[in-house]
Amino acid sequence: MKVTRRQFMQGGVAAFTVTFAAPEFLSDLAQAQGARVRNLVVLYLSGGNDSLSMLVPYNDPFYLSRRPGIAIPAGNVLQIGTDSSKVALGLHPRLAGLKQIFDQGRLALIQRTGYPNQSRSHFQGTDIWATAEPANSGGLGWVGRYLDSLPSPVDPLVAWNTTGAPPHVLQSSHVAVPAISNPTTYSFASPNSRDFPTEAAAERATALRINSHVPVDRPELAFVYGTAQAAMATLDRVATVASYAGTATYPANNGFAQALKAVAGAMVRGIGTRIFYVTTGGFDTHSAQNPANGTYANLMTTLNDGLFAFYTDLNNQGLLTDTLVLTFSEFGRRISENGSNGTDHGAASVMMAMGGRVNGGLYGTAPVLNLDPANPTLENNAADVHFETDFRSVYAQVIDQWLGGDSRAILNGDFRKGGLGFV
Amino acid sequence: MGYTFDPHVEHLLRRAGFGARPDELDVYRAESFTGAVTRLVEFERIPDDVDSKIGKPGYLLTNGGEFSPRSSIGQARQRWLFRMVHTDRPLQEKMTLFWHNHFATGYAKLNGQVGPAEATRYLAAKPSEDPGRVRGQIEMLRDNALGNFRDILVNIAQDTAMLFWLDGYTNTRLRPQENFGREIMELFTMGVGHYTEADVYAAARVFTGWNLRSPARPVAGDAAQFYSFVFNANSHDTAAKTFSFPIYSDGNRTIPARSATDGMQDGLDFINALAANPETGRYLATKLYRFFISEIGDVSDAWVTRIANVYHSSRYDMKTVMREVLLSKEFWDPDNYFARFAWPVEFVVRAIKDIGWSGYSINDAIAPLLNMGQSLYDPPDVAGWDLGRSWFSSGTMLARLNFASQLAGIQKFNLARAAQPRAASPDALLAFVLEALKTPTLDRAVTDELSNYLHATGAWTASQTQIQNKVAGLVHLVAGSAEYQFV
Repeated sequence: MKVTRRQFMQGGVAAFTVTFAAPEFLSDLAQAQGARVRNLVVLYLSGGNDSLSMLVPYNDPFYLSRRPGIAIPAGNVLQIGTDSSKVALGLHPRLAGLKQIFDQGRLALIQRTGYPNQSRSHFQGTDIWATAEPANSGGLGWVGRYLDSLPSPVDPLVAWNTTGAPPHVLQSSHVAVPAISNPTTYSFASPNSRDFPTEAAAERATALRINSHVPVDRPELAFVYGTAQAAMATLDRVATVASYAGTATYPANNGFAQALKAVAGAMVRGIGTRIFYVTTGGFDTHSAQNPANGTYANLMTTLNDGLFAFYTDLNNQGLLTDTLVLTFSEFGRRISENGSNGTDHGAASVMMAMGGRVNGGLYGTAPVLNLDPANPTLENNAADVHFETDFRSVYAQVIDQWLGGDSRAILNGDFRKGGLGFV
Repeated sequence: MGYTFDPHVEHLLRRAGFGARPDELDVYRAESFTGAVTRLVEFERIPDDVDSKIGKPGYLLTNGGEFSPRSSIGQARQRWLFRMVHTDRPLQEKMTLFWHNHFATGYAKLNGQVGPAEATRYLAAKPSEDPGRVRGQIEMLRDNALGNFRDILVNIAQDTAMLFWLDGYTNTRLRPQENFGREIMELFTMGVGHYTEADVYAAARVFTGWNLRSPARPVAGDAAQFYSFVFNANSHDTAAKTFSFPIYSDGNRTIPARSATDGMQDGLDFINALAANPETGRYLATKLYRFFISEIGDVSDAWVTRIANVYHSSRYDMKTVMREVLLSKEFWDPDNYFARFAWPVEFVVRAIKDIGWSGYSINDAIAPLLNMGQSLYDPPDVAGWDLGRSWFSSGTMLARLNFASQLAGIQKFNLARAAQPRAASPDALLAFVLEALKTPTLDRAVTDELSNYLHATGAWTASQTQIQNKVAGLVHLVAGSAEYQFV
């Protein structure tokens, strides 16, 4: 029997719906949260960061012999002293801004971070760093689980993802984190907005009301409703960020820097956001990594210029002590270069923490790069860097000491470790 | 508007195509289920004339000036979207998109390596319009949309764009390069967990010498010159390579040492082994389930086993596999209708088919698609796009709403003309719009709000202005609704 759509529609099941809290209330909440807070900026270096080019053990003879085409000469690195194992280290020559921050004691470099049997897959690796669950990396993100631990109602702007797609790190069961890559395009258009503003306003009001219903019996549909609801509820506050100019130079052609400018704007305008997610990509440097003018040098310029502008801006705005930036990447890279002046997928890497309350310096010890298969700082027949500090210990420090959460509950285990007092 | 509601044909065309133009609905509604599936799967019986419609009246517009989809990535994107809307071979385009995501190769990196025109060429050139008869990767995938999976693997391993993208062009005996060797196992065939790090090393050695021949002269100076696959025997590692899984049908795990001149056989043996590996059938079947059947709940293990068996018993023939997929009872289970999150291009193309394209330039969809998170020819990495819920964030959802607004605004007068006979009352207009957009059943709370919207801002007079404004607003709201984001 053919039916018409209208009959089909009328015969449909009545929905179970619940209604979100009203947006006015959420704004009040945001203002209350806008008092002094501790902001966390999670920075993902996508592609697998070759940390041996970022933090260079320039006196290790094997560094030069295993990387004849891409090693950075000792005379070019920005020397920052020696770590507790007496290895002399220097930053990549393009990281002059980060060197200043390091010298001011506001940058911590945590060496050889990773986990046992580290995945060399971009995708599994990223999932593991996102979930902090090496054995089961399909679940919620570690920051998402932190968001789930906040008392409800949670402001839909409590977190802000500056990338287009929702990152696994922020995946939570209750909080639909808005993705706002550009605050100026984060607005609600209408086919009637030019000539019939009353109609346009009615559309917006309808969209807001429709999306405040949630079909609780259909989680996938409810998820999209929640996403649209978060969009509608955050439009006005995000609009206040669009005009933020900043007090430092964020290079216009540097998308990463522009994202950090929006983050600074959100902090300065006090719109209630506490967790930010930022990424800069291109770290999968299988070829043409050659440091003089190659891919990696450009990556370091992007990273340095963005972070230094952000640091300077926050410092000028008196917000530096409210802010912690934490970096991660899915893996480090092989120690020996490959045939195309690049490096293939490896294991442990370096994490960075930057902020006004960071206890800067070198944490952990550098790998020793000799080819002895028994070399304890390396693995995989001395091909890759072996981890010394479990990355979950770094997360635990951030959760417990910065976010005021309970790392044992959020990380499903006790990963707290002494000697990691970077914050 | 003598339109008959047929949820089954609509489902078939949403999944095996990109929604339904009115003329497509007529064609497929006249077929039995088997007939409709046959028409989709045996698409080579239908002329491949869609490109000849570009620039003709009655179709989507493209941006003005010379149209060169083999050298301008923006125009390549326009042509592919045009094909999705106007093709009479919808499954061919759908499978091409599936393979694009499967063998995800990104324009951005190629652009950095060879510049914008050549990067576009190696992805999108059609041999018939290229001075060197270059066939870009997506054209290769389109030609093999329902071809043999083993042949697709051989083609992709020798594809210029892929050799740049995963650095195979630098893979030599003295300096093996692992990128392609790893991803062909992890992402293209067996999936993560079914190979070891030692297998990655060995796979890299298998493909040593699978490189590129450089153009005789700089490409920019002579369009007849181009990079192409070459087997450099001198760069091939001739030693034996042993894997943790069988390479030959007798269970032998070792590719024997061979002379350099015979060395290309290593790669072909390895590809044969990957195509035949039981995990490959299951890996592909799982992806097909998520793409064609459902993203809700667990993947049906029984279905995966069944489809994997068809894959292996047909010797990797994707036409046989897809016929089985589209005729499976799981495909036709109404619980699986609207059970997949629409990819941005699916949403955009379906909206164009539902709302109309008269006077609309497909060029105007390129920037919105970027904001929704999907630029054709430029997936974020070799794993393809993050699918399912990952398409949705408040920013990408606003981009979808705003695209619906843009299209509804452009079609305002056409929509109002079509709606005129159905606009005597707000409810009649609502029914008209829900029919046109072929939505799933909406909750009462939603239709009540839409009805309230029609009643807001004044009494119903059915004046031309009122119909124009309300039909555009309604189309915007319905195409921007959560329900419309599912296929």
